Amino acid sequence: MTDEWLQETLLNSFPDLVFEPGTEWLQVTVQSQQWLPLANTLRYKADMDFDFLFCVTCIDWKTHLAMVYHLRCTTTQLHLVVKATLNPLNPEIDSVTSIWKTADFHEREVYEMFGVNFKGHPDLRLLILPDGWEGRNPLRKDFEDPINMIRL
Amino acid sequence: MFEEIGTTTDGDLIINVGPQHPATHGVLHLVITLNGETIRKVEPHLGYIHRSIEKMCESLTYRQFIYVTSRMDYLSSHINNHACAMCVEKGLQIEVPERAKVIRILLDELTRIASHELWWGAMAMDLGAFTPFFHAFRERESINDIMEETCGARLTMNFIVPGGLMADIHPNFQKRVKDFIRLYKSKFEEYNEMVTGNVIFRNRMEGVGYLSKADAISFGCTGPTARGSGVSCDVRKWFPYEGYEKIAFDEVIETGGDSLSRYMVRVREMNQSIRIIEQLIDAIPEGEYQAKTKAVLKLPKGEFYSRVETARGEFGVYIVSEGGTTPYRIKFRSPGFSNLSALDQMARGSKLGDLVAMMGTLDLVIPDIDR
Repeated sequence: MTDEWLQETLLNSFPDLVFEPGTEWLQVTVQSQQWLPLANTLRYKADMDFDFLFCVTCIDWKTHLAMVYHLRCTTTQLHLVVKATLNPLNPEIDSVTSIWKTADFHEREVYEMFGVNFKGHPDLRLLILPDGWEGRNPLRKDFEDPINMIRL
Repeated sequence: MFEEIGTTTDGDLIINVGPQHPATHGVLHLVITLNGETIRKVEPHLGYIHRSIEKMCESLTYRQFIYVTSRMDYLSSHINNHACAMCVEKGLQIEVPERAKVIRILLDELTRIASHELWWGAMAMDLGAFTPFFHAFRERESINDIMEETCGARLTMNFIVPGGLMADIHPNFQKRVKDFIRLYKSKFEEYNEMVTGNVIFRNRMEGVGYLSKADAISFGCTGPTARGSGVSCDVRKWFPYEGYEKIAFDEVIETGGDSLSRYMVRVREMNQSIRIIEQLIDAIPEGEYQAKTKAVLKLPKGEFYSRVETARGEFGVYIVSEGGTTPYRIKFRSPGFSNLSALDQMARGSKLGDLVAMMGTLDLVIPDIDR
């Protein structure tokens, strides 16, 4: 089980994947519509078994948002970083809560901090921010709070 | 939040625990749905101590942001600093001197013991035993004194910086650590006698808050929480850093999955930390404590991820750099956040009185969860 093997196997089923060379862990960019089928393959396909989703986050690149999923297989200790590009005006991607239960909290955090809408999430509500915050996303680069803006 | 008090349409009672509750060890708010005494659902409401550290870090330089990270998991601040320093060093390809590496491990392990001691005392206090709390704090105090002498701080250390250490260790460091090891060894049996072997304690822990191995992995649990369910996930063993691969120690794993297993993992882990310290305390190499670095650090464009094993689990730092003096985006993968998400699964079907034992064995530090 090597990165090369993983890259080849994934390209066989998902020819649209774009692999990024020269990174610490194998890095792949997926079309947001294809994320859910890819996640299913990564989790349930024999030999792959990426059962540990240890980091979910989002990056605001101003022109677009990038979802970043860090995955690990707890038996082979193989790593994979999956990225998906989203439209900043209407960011939408499928939820993977049904595959990895940890995605529940992590997706709720990304939802409130970046405004990403996770389709199929069972309970997409604010987690950290206070009630009634809806609409403004603190970790977006264009976020401005007139009352209590953190500037250092 | 207050409209959540009441009954559901099924006649279930909804109660709130926290945000100001002694058993939550911080400002954690749990909304619990109860059917009689039986828990149907536990829903954590977070954010009472959310400071948006990730956003703050975007305007802090790579030397400055270390200071904020001490304020996340304040019980393992050395280890948090360590992860951040390692991530910056990875980006700049700085080779840390051997002396600094060994001292870093020593400080990490002392922190781990201090954190577990505090957890042990507070956990016993949650279950109604007040004496262990004083015993644990007495021993923890001597670690704090060692830290104070060397780092000048007792809680938020900021001692491990990119390139090495802030300063060299105090001349008394080795002697005092050895004194501490002697003290710890003389007290450890007392701990086991007082709490671990206690019938009441065991009855309240055994079979309570069961978490299966598959669930522990799926919920992203790490650290003693996952190892109590039989998941081998010690970052120090699997992805060694700073020379952990050269040190003899065992990864502590229990397979019970209940509160007692998680308790036993932490207690046995303290002994492993002592074992690591004993191997290194007389083997601190001579030399520089800091590598030569530029005054202003500029990370090259790219993404860097580094992780360490804190007292609570896998702590990850993900830096996205655009080549400037400040990070473009920084993400802290805190162990408590994922561990807490498993609480609902653990608690469903058990009695309300057992919730405190479950929360105790998760070893939650709220600023680490909220960030």
